[in-house]
Amino acid sequence: MSAEFQQHIHDTLADGRLQSAVYTSTGRLKEGRSAVVAHDVLPDYQELRTQANAIKKHAIENLDHYLEEFERNVEAHGGRVVWCKDGSEVADFVLELAKERGARLIVKSKSMLTEEIDLNERLERHGLESVETDLGEYIIQLAHERPYHIVAPALHKTREQVADLFTARLHVPHETVIEKQTATARAVLREKFLAADIGISGANFLVADSGAIVLVENEGNARLATSAPKIHIAIAGIEKIVPRAQDLATFLKLLARSATGQLLSVYTSFLSGPRRPDEIDGPEEFYVVLVDNGRTRLLQEREKRQSLYCIRCGACLNACPVYRKIGGHSFPWVYSGPIGAILTPQFLGVQREPALPFASSLCGACAEVCPVKIDIPKALLDLRCEVKKAEMREKQNRLEKLAFRVFAWVMSHPRIYEMAGRMAGSAFPEENAGWLRRVPGLMNFGPMRAWADQRDLPPPPARSFREMWRRR
Amino acid sequence: MAQRVSLFVTCIVDQLFPQIGMAMAHVLERLGYQLDFPEGQTCCGQPAFNSGYRQEARIVARHFLDVFEKCEAIVVPSGSCASMAIHHFPDLFAKEPETLARVRALRERIWEFSTFLTAVAGVEDVGARFPDVVTFHDGCHALREMGVKSAPRRLLAQVRGLELREMQPAEECCGFGGTFAVKFGELSGAMARTKVEAILRTGARSVVSLDPSCLMQIRGALSRAGSEVRTLHLAEVLASR
Ligand code: SF4
Repeated sequence: MSAEFQQHIHDTLADGRLQSAVYTSTGRLKEGRSAVVAHDVLPDYQELRTQANAIKKHAIENLDHYLEEFERNVEAHGGRVVWCKDGSEVADFVLELAKERGARLIVKSKSMLTEEIDLNERLERHGLESVETDLGEYIIQLAHERPYHIVAPALHKTREQVADLFTARLHVPHETVIEKQTATARAVLREKFLAADIGISGANFLVADSGAIVLVENEGNARLATSAPKIHIAIAGIEKIVPRAQDLATFLKLLARSATGQLLSVYTSFLSGPRRPDEIDGPEEFYVVLVDNGRTRLLQEREKRQSLYCIRCGACLNACPVYRKIGGHSFPWVYSGPIGAILTPQFLGVQREPALPFASSLCGACAEVCPVKIDIPKALLDLRCEVKKAEMREKQNRLEKLAFRVFAWVMSHPRIYEMAGRMAGSAFPEENAGWLRRVPGLMNFGPMRAWADQRDLPPPPARSFREMWRRR
Repeated sequence: MAQRVSLFVTCIVDQLFPQIGMAMAHVLERLGYQLDFPEGQTCCGQPAFNSGYRQEARIVARHFLDVFEKCEAIVVPSGSCASMAIHHFPDLFAKEPETLARVRALRERIWEFSTFLTAVAGVEDVGARFPDVVTFHDGCHALREMGVKSAPRRLLAQVRGLELREMQPAEECCGFGGTFAVKFGELSGAMARTKVEAILRTGARSVVSLDPSCLMQIRGALSRAGSEVRTLHLAEVLASR
């Protein structure tokens, strides 16, 4: 485990305020979801999940076909599709367009993909101002942080912290009432919306048969960002495709419910192409940037492909007892929680943080709530194997490997197993529950110490079950 | 109806909690089953499997197959170990058709204890008496991999003198997770403390579960917190009169 990962986990666990903020907020989202997918309010919930999984599977397995269909339809509406291999190609496209049109200010709505490729930093390095307009994203942009949560980026910030931040960065009076903070942000952002040359959004879905992008949001900022400026650029991963507009009936029922416990989010926008002559608003230019950034590599591996089904609802984070303890910033990449624990090694390689797939009790809560039925625990198990294979190649962690060899040998030789058990049992005194900490030398043995730091161990019984069984 | 039932007590019960195995045997005998304890049994291989050592897990799993293949019904006092054999052995041997066929034939006959009682033996009242206030912890693998939710509760409901008080949330992991408990000791301990708080909020005097490993984790954290709340396997409650 990297020292960094270990330190992040330790620091988060030690921060009482953060612990309660994260546990409470995720708890609220989790309860919200359970209430709206309960059998009496949504009887066909399980069928919807099965459908969603089937649609995604089909779309991902026929990605080339649907992407081309999407491109044709976008162009038929007067928009343009731009294909980008990675973040630097995306930045180049935006920079070039900005230069041609003399643009300097960009307003952005929330998009995990642009976080993934560090788009704001790339643009700012070239003198463009790129402002996040979703309140949570705006807060973390001011704080120079990464999103703490896929859906609620500033979930970890208390209103006192937001007040401090606003005072420091925006030079406004210290104000802890949330409504007033919102009003402050709104006033600042309104100026930006009016002055912006380009609006950048993500896309929750790309609809192949209609060439439309779908945006799901609660604040209305995405609507403004995509209609006020003269140019709208939607940036999305290629996996966001769904074949038909009618598929949205399935996904829209699942997305808001899974994410926030809403039946539907406040705004659902279908955008296709620039403003037409008879329309009163909308951008003059409309671009959809389709980004690969490692996705086609996953596509080649049957087991990993299902990670591309993810609709970024965040339900697995809220359900995850590990995320709820270690929070979003302990994770090494922009994606956190269970989905982050599989996407990170799948995209960046297991070496990025070899301990990540192991940071799970495999409780399965993530798979239970995932609206597209990604089998995250299974993916974690596969990645654990991959880590061990990599370690073997690098000749690392050989002691552990040896220990498991011995384990397998002992467990396949019952006599040896029984003898080992008896030896271990007789080595330890039978006392009360804190005995482990008092056995000299034992605490220097890593796993024992890790256990006993936190918990007691029952004293070993006088006889094993098999001995008792023989004597009855 | 004296049918034959083979016990797979799991390595953790064999070595650390033999009383759970004995209790399970009592309950089954009381129901008229003839018991058999295949002496060659050891472990299901889950520690290796969950740690990414598939080859080592296969060695142990193959041994399990050899030991239990001839058994008519195998009852296990652990949702997690039963699930290993039922749900993960097929993955382990996905590329070995012959072993896979053996696994498929065997997995139908492996039963988690509470499910065996309600679904196979067809009983809910085993004639137990346990005058106490208890709360029930859902082990993750029993709950999510095996779908066991109502069976233990139906069994507890028939125990004389027992009052069940559900904890909120009963379904959240206790933080054990096998080697996770020591690889991420601090995190696992924090998860256990959250579980303990939920248990203590109910005011119950015992916490009952289907999984000895969860019980070990919870017991360790209760003891460290200085609590007197006892940890019991469902079999121990059902065996008492
Ligand atoms: S993996 Fe599933 S639950 Fe997690 S964010 Fe993606 S769609 Fe939602």
